[in-house]
Amino acid sequence: MSFTRFVAVAKKEVVQILRDSRSLIIVLIMPVVLVLLFGYGVNLDLKGLPVYVYDRDGSQQSQDLLKRFQASVYFNIVRVVNDYPALARALDDGDAKMGIVVPWDFSERLRDGRPAQIQALVDGTDDNTASVAIGYAQAVVQGYSSDIQRDWLRSRGQLAQFAPVSVETRTWYNEDLESSAFIIPGVLALVMSVIGAFLTSLTIAREWERGTMEQLISTPVTPLEVMLGKLVPYFTIGMFDVIVCALIAIYWFRVPFRGSFLTLVISSAMFMVVVLSLGFFVSVIAKSQLAASQIALLVAFLPAFLLSGFLYAIEQMPIVLQWITRILPARYYVSVLKKIFLKGTPTALLYADLVPLAVFTLVLALLATRAFHKRLA
Amino acid sequence: MLARLKQMLIKEFIQVFRDKRTRFVLFGPPIIQMVIFGYAATFEIHHVPTVVLDLDHSQESRELISRFTSSPYFDVQRQLTDFRQIGDLIDRGKATVGLEINAGFAQNLRKGQTAPLQVIVDATNSNTALIASGYITQIALGFAQDYQKDRIYRISPQMVEKIPSVQLEPRPLYNPDLRSRWFFVPGIIGSLTLVLVVNLTAFAVVREREIGTLEQIMVTPIRPAEFILGKTLPFFLIGLFDVSLIATVGTLWFQVPFRGQILVLFAGAILFLLCMLGVGLLISTVSSTQQQAMVTAFFFIMPAITFSGFGFPISTMPQWLQYLTYLSPLRYFLIVLRGTYLKGVGMEILWPQMLAMAALGISLLTIAVLRFHKALD
Repeated sequence: MSFTRFVAVAKKEVVQILRDSRSLIIVLIMPVVLVLLFGYGVNLDLKGLPVYVYDRDGSQQSQDLLKRFQASVYFNIVRVVNDYPALARALDDGDAKMGIVVPWDFSERLRDGRPAQIQALVDGTDDNTASVAIGYAQAVVQGYSSDIQRDWLRSRGQLAQFAPVSVETRTWYNEDLESSAFIIPGVLALVMSVIGAFLTSLTIAREWERGTMEQLISTPVTPLEVMLGKLVPYFTIGMFDVIVCALIAIYWFRVPFRGSFLTLVISSAMFMVVVLSLGFFVSVIAKSQLAASQIALLVAFLPAFLLSGFLYAIEQMPIVLQWITRILPARYYVSVLKKIFLKGTPTALLYADLVPLAVFTLVLALLATRAFHKRLA
Repeated sequence: MLARLKQMLIKEFIQVFRDKRTRFVLFGPPIIQMVIFGYAATFEIHHVPTVVLDLDHSQESRELISRFTSSPYFDVQRQLTDFRQIGDLIDRGKATVGLEINAGFAQNLRKGQTAPLQVIVDATNSNTALIASGYITQIALGFAQDYQKDRIYRISPQMVEKIPSVQLEPRPLYNPDLRSRWFFVPGIIGSLTLVLVVNLTAFAVVREREIGTLEQIMVTPIRPAEFILGKTLPFFLIGLFDVSLIATVGTLWFQVPFRGQILVLFAGAILFLLCMLGVGLLISTVSSTQQQAMVTAFFFIMPAITFSGFGFPISTMPQWLQYLTYLSPLRYFLIVLRGTYLKGVGMEILWPQMLAMAALGISLLTIAVLRFHKALD
């Protein structure tokens, strides 16, 4: 291992990166774009859901109830229709996501003291929006029901029998339930998988494809020097990107940052080595750049996107998949990110994530080195 | 013309299918991704780890807790004795929800005063927190309702017959059990096709340019139009085959209903593929190396998927972003996919989507072909 030779390889790599100005620009602005994309584009909360109303009763009471829907920020009554087919058509078309049907005997039932029901036809295509919408609609209707009961009991002098339970919810770590605070920390892992696994596997696959790798190896440089010389420039870019992403998250999207910045940098460095090693692996397996890009997608990007807890809660996955996530470094890194950003967990308490991450870093780096040696031998 | 095109097609197919890895890349990753995605992508919530602190020790508090114990949404794991335990368990991620019933809960209820149920939710995952809060409110208010009925019944059995109440009867259409899988599987068909076809097309042309074979082809009698057709037709066919393959696997494996007409789905797929070929060609005209093509493609793919409504509702995005979503061809194809799969609607409703894709596809292809000619001159 000679330092001069390592520097020479690294220099060559840097020149190659700098010469291709577009790739360089993209590598530098891609993280920014990804953070903005997820920061602005992803909002799983509900507001202004388009609602159609079919009021078959047309009474004071039914209007009171519907007014409560209109007053809620979650619903937006866009149209009142006079028959079922119009409602069904709007739901089919996607113009309405919810249709509220008040039965013709609504006020009559209330007067007689019989339970009255109103129907909410919900577009269940997007199950998450539907669940959230049903939850809010239930709250509106229960609030209305509770109010008329209170009035009724009061008018009969039985107000003492009114039994309200209030739910006082405190949401921790992400007090305003911002989707952006939940999602953006995990974007760092995505950015690194792209930079690390995609780009490195492609650059190395290119050298194989063009035969320049053989040329490189026929010079006095050793495989280890080639590896390090290729890794260090991309490692630097990756770390730069992570820090830029973190700063945008904190200062632009106001994602709380409650943990230690040093721990963020150290765990990111470990994960960067993990994805770079994966990139090396992929390039050894794949001969062409096309194959390399598709395999990198499969082994680096997909786990970081799907199985890391970045977006989809791991506890809700089938048990077999939950086991699989345990052997994915991305899971531990995303967990560290969320804890550092939102929970402010002290570094000493992150051992359950940091230790596996460190082990993966070492093992993958060693295996990648061996595979690379073998391929050259 | 036809003879030359035929030769070109033969060459392309040989090139694509010659390499074992490339063959795998065409069909392997899409199927693997479909299966993992189908299992992992879920916003459904079941068995949320919950801990309970009951400081009231009353009949009422126990009754309320038992409603949580019997709910499929919550998994009441422990009864605690100290408030600090809740904080600790949520901090360590062992519990997502903490319920706290303070002393005086039953007394308040009996006096007809507001009885609070304190809830602490870990909102690191804002979506889980949001939906869980909705379920908590429903359970608590349902309890209050029954409790009140019970008390009124004891005073006067006739009176309970008279008390008015309103209930919401939610009826989710198209996806009655609100399964995330039904939402995601049709969407995956679209997004996987997008990734595959854009990458393949962009790579195929750029590779010829990078290796220098593009010039060789151009000195043969093959005309640019024939070259473009010869390049795109194979990927169009492969794309169509992949759509059918992914759709079959997804439908049969995950038991997602298909309620519409196959022909409508195929019409949508064909128009969508035209758009993707246009994008792929366009990327190839602005890239000189495969790595450039890859990063440029990535730059198109990420926003195209994020802003398509694939995983995140468009209606909650900022208004300016909602306008941008009209530029993503996937947006229209997803409506066709979910329309044919879940809603069972046909051309009478989906024609605007088809029109939009046709318009986008023709414009993209025209621009791509014009640019391509220029790039050759």
